Amino acid sequence: MVVVGLLFGIGLYGVLARRNSVLVLIGVELMLAAAGLLFVTVGSLTSDTMRAGQIMTIFVITIAAAEIAVALGVILAVFRARGNIDMTQAGERE
Amino acid sequence: MTTYDVLFTIAGAISVASALLAVSTKHLVHSALWLIVSLAALCGCYLVLGAEFVALVQLLVYVGAVVVLVLFALMLTRAPIGRSHEHDTSLVQRAAALVVGAATAALLSAVLVSAYGNGAQHINAGGTHVLATRLFGNWVWPFELLSALLLVALIAALALARLPIGRRDAEEKLRGVSR
Repeated sequence: MVVVGLLFGIGLYGVLARRNSVLVLIGVELMLAAAGLLFVTVGSLTSDTMRAGQIMTIFVITIAAAEIAVALGVILAVFRARGNIDMTQAGERE
Repeated sequence: MTTYDVLFTIAGAISVASALLAVSTKHLVHSALWLIVSLAALCGCYLVLGAEFVALVQLLVYVGAVVVLVLFALMLTRAPIGRSHEHDTSLVQRAAALVVGAATAALLSAVLVSAYGNGAQHINAGGTHVLATRLFGNWVWPFELLSALLLVALIAALALARLPIGRRDAEEKLRGVSR
């Protein structure tokens, strides 16, 4: 449980403290991993006849894969359009 | 303190330490590589918790696919190799992020520990056979929906990558015209 909390906090720090958008994505991945670990842990602590914890984790992993594919596509499009992937300049016009 | 506890503590400590390195290192490529270590250690946690299939999926999808995608994106966006301070945030923002992250970690840990206690009481060993029966029995429609989602995401990523946008494309077109 402490591991879950720590991983989520570190992921949040990674999202807030980085300016390179690929590294922000790494923070998001860490937070999703923390959520998956929480699902599996609770599933193994309670009597989980439907195996919902493990199946939800598999779903979360799949959604994370889809999310990161689209996000990296967006980042590459932004890079082609602007020449950098700095989060602080993302809303500004040239 | 059983063997499970010891193994889980070791894997969790490795995971947390490498996650901390992944978000704090100044080398962009090292950050992605530390992410591999963190997620692989998390896969060890899943194994200890008796979820072998989830551990394998984690290893294949995250360590195999996602990190490779991240490394590709770092290469394609011309990430500098070695120490880079180009994308550093201000000290104030980093301190604020540290406070928010630490507060969230403390809050979550406190709530979860008080709700479930620290450490596993009994390991409800998984069994991939039961998991597969459940996945393709009770959970089959969410599963199918998820495969449709993956297809949509694939097509969207492809469309985004092929979109003719931006300064560089326009410049290349102009250059072609002037020639």
